Amino acid sequence: MANMSPNKVAMPEQDPNVRNKNFKEVALGYTKEMAMEEATRCLNCKNKPCVNGCPVNVPIPEFIEKVAAGDFEGAYEVITSENALPAICGRVCPQENQCEGKCVRGIKGEPVGIGRMERFVADYHMANAEPAEVSIEKNGKKVAVVGCGPAGITCAGELIKKGYEVTVFEALHKPGGVLSYGIPEFRLPKDLVAKEIESVENLGVKIETNVIVGRSVTIDELMEDGYEAVFVGSGAGLPRFLNIPGENYLGVYSANEFLTRVNLMKGYEFPEYPTPVKIGKKVAVVGAGNVAMDAARTAKRLGADEVYIVYRRSEEEAPARLEELHHAKEEGIIFKFLNNPVAIKANEDGWVEKMEIVKQELGEPDASGRRSPVPIEGSNYDIDVDTVVIAIGQSPNPLIRHTTPGLDVQKWGGIIVDEETMESSKDGVYAGGDTVTGAATVILAMGAGKKAAAAIDKKLRG
Amino acid sequence: MEIHAPFVARKCEPGQFIIIRVDEKGERVPLTIADYDREKETVTIIYQVVGYSTELLSKKKEGDYVADFVGPLGQPSILHKRERVLGVAGGVGAAPLYPQLRKLAEMGVPVDVIIGGKSAEFVILKEKFEEFCENVFIATDDGSLGTKGFVTNVLEDQIAKGVKYDEVIAIGPLIMMKNVVKITKQHDIPTMVSLNPIMIDGTGMCGGCRVTVGGETKFACVDGPDFDGFQVDFDECMKRQTMFREEEHECKIGRGK
Ligand SMILES: Cc1cc2nc3c(=O)[nH]c(=O)nc-3n(C[C@H](O)[C@H](O)[C@H](O)COP(=O)(O)OP(=O)(O)OC[C@H]3O[C@@H](n4cnc5c(N)ncnc54)[C@H](O)[C@@H]3O)c2cc1C
Ligand SMILES: Cc1cc2nc3c(=O)[nH]c(=O)nc-3n(C[C@H](O)[C@H](O)[C@H](O)COP(=O)(O)OP(=O)(O)OC[C@H]3O[C@@H](n4cnc5c(N)ncnc54)[C@H](O)[C@@H]3O)c2cc1C
Ligand code: SF4
Ligand code: SF4
Ligand code: FES
Repeated sequence: MANMSPNKVAMPEQDPNVRNKNFKEVALGYTKEMAMEEATRCLNCKNKPCVNGCPVNVPIPEFIEKVAAGDFEGAYEVITSENALPAICGRVCPQENQCEGKCVRGIKGEPVGIGRMERFVADYHMANAEPAEVSIEKNGKKVAVVGCGPAGITCAGELIKKGYEVTVFEALHKPGGVLSYGIPEFRLPKDLVAKEIESVENLGVKIETNVIVGRSVTIDELMEDGYEAVFVGSGAGLPRFLNIPGENYLGVYSANEFLTRVNLMKGYEFPEYPTPVKIGKKVAVVGAGNVAMDAARTAKRLGADEVYIVYRRSEEEAPARLEELHHAKEEGIIFKFLNNPVAIKANEDGWVEKMEIVKQELGEPDASGRRSPVPIEGSNYDIDVDTVVIAIGQSPNPLIRHTTPGLDVQKWGGIIVDEETMESSKDGVYAGGDTVTGAATVILAMGAGKKAAAAIDKKLRG
Repeated sequence: MEIHAPFVARKCEPGQFIIIRVDEKGERVPLTIADYDREKETVTIIYQVVGYSTELLSKKKEGDYVADFVGPLGQPSILHKRERVLGVAGGVGAAPLYPQLRKLAEMGVPVDVIIGGKSAEFVILKEKFEEFCENVFIATDDGSLGTKGFVTNVLEDQIAKGVKYDEVIAIGPLIMMKNVVKITKQHDIPTMVSLNPIMIDGTGMCGGCRVTVGGETKFACVDGPDFDGFQVDFDECMKRQTMFREEEHECKIGRGK
């Protein structure tokens, strides 16, 4: 008889008022006993609705069965048959919309804690397993991967296992993409990201950092250099701004700049690390996705007294993971839903001083099905702020499309691909992840990388 | 300083720059490519020791390594075949100006240059410019070399003398470029300037380098660094440059330099 508790086994977490002052991981992870107990909540459904909810179809009930039996290495093998980065997905997948969103236990009570168990299994494996000796037979063909985010890493990992010689070209000085420069330490420890990348390198993948494709070398030149296929996983790195007056004042950051200073350049350890980040007493973050939550919680940790989330829609439309919204509230972030910034005002030195906001109400549903906000006339008011972080989304960087003739792109810049093979309009050039979909999720980027690897293999083997 | 960097040396053009990280913890510092040698796969950078990272860089010896070196970044300069071009350099701005003027000279354009500095020791690359410039003018604040005064004084003299320039390229401190543009605008001489806002990634990812040009927001690292001087909002640039001034100070103290 399954464990019929309506609630997930609780996740141990740092206390909100302690953690909002440090950069250590918020959720501490299950113990063996907790994982095994949570596993008994799974009903092992025949039709496996949870698996359909997972973009890469992790065999969920199968791995949970092994967890229940205490066979954690066995569970790891089951998960990694479909998902190469379980320690990361267990932490950052929006499970409530994916696997757990489909779980039958979620109809009455909380769904099975699939993400939490996935994380446990991956962490257990990392802590205990000996690195396995692998010998892969080389097939003598070379493939290049552009960008070392989740899409690129996954594609490279799959291809190296199939015998290709794989080189990943990364623009920044550190691999990982958003996992390294975007998602903060307290949500995704950087040691863990480094280990996952190392394991791909151990398989033989070469990572060339500091190479900007489109500038240092073009895709056409890579093809001339003997790479028979190129996978583009360059992400969506170009920050959007609001286009309201005052956005270039001092103290206004894009979320990318803010988070990059903190994560990649370790601004929170300034002056030990010499890249500074300036944080005021009152910070407004515009937007309500994961990026906005990360920026707000980072600002709080850097010592801001008051941190606002300013979002023009209502809480229901907020795109962030539920857990992040919940954690942000616990940590004392102040939410201003249905509030839209219309101007940023500065003092005479050009430093941000106030943000003008107009209140909104919900109107009719728009094309996306979300009820669109309408400004309430005359409801404008100012809040005092000394730092503003704009976190309203990113689009693909134009560098690659500008330097790659024959590559068809959407009006907004996304690379157009065949959804089955991920091949672009340019022969031998594949793409996937945020650069195709616009800002999306880690697991979708990985799924795309995997699909492309399979198609590349099929094509190159003829 | 000459650095072996095959990926950069293969493709770079005048006007482009690189980003260097001296050590594992270091900042990402943008520096213009002053010269390059495609055969030796090297690029030359010229820098001024202004703070923590450049100080660290100056301590490197021949054969040493730096942690990271990435480029080429930015748009190559658009160089027109003009009747006569004047380069105006302030301080270390002479370094990025040098490859642009040399390229113009190679294209057969007659070029003059004004090099400015606080005093004689801050005037760099004089001999290098003399190799291809028809006239090399020097201005120092204290008069220790050339004319006593600013580069703008020499510029006004030249115009007053009736020398006809159909383009000016000014690279140096923002206040210098702003003042050069003030003069050239009156005489309607097209003027290119090179902006050096604070940068992190240099690839268009952070938006930290944004500048207002012709009323539009541009990212200096991908849309620039060269812009039409008449269109640049210099006052905003100057304010944005000061964003981390206190921290730069603390950084030097905090790291026991
Ligand atoms: C702050 C933040 C929080 C997020 N939180 C979550 C979350 O909780 N859950 C979730 O599922 N998703 C989250 N996301 C979204 C998720 O991180 C992305 O969807 C995912 O990383 C996309 O992967 P990718 O491989 O396509 O691109 P990226 O991770 O963006 O990687 C692209 C890489 O390519 C490099 N590159 C770009 N151009 C070039 C070039 N010309 N030459 C060489 N290299 C290049 C970049 O430097 C980068 O390293 C978050 C995103 C951000 C910014
Ligand atoms: C496109 C571009 C090309 C450049 N070319 C050259 C060059 O050829 N030679 C040269 O000597 N310098 C050049 N610079 C300026 C150089 O990058 C800065 O002097 C350097 O970053 C200072 O580092 P620091 O740690 O020694 O000084 P810090 O103590 O960090 O700063 C001292 C001063 O340098 C400026 N500065 C600091 N960080 C940056 C940054 N990331 N970007 C821009 N300015 C900054 C600020 O005005 C600051 O007040 C260029 C800058 C840009 C953006
Ligand atoms: S990969 Fe993500 S969606 Fe799939 S099972 Fe794991 S946590 Fe759920
Ligand atoms: S839907 Fe839920 S209960 Fe059913 S197999 Fe999947 S995880 Fe287990
Ligand atoms: S330096 Fe980051 S966008 Fe230009």
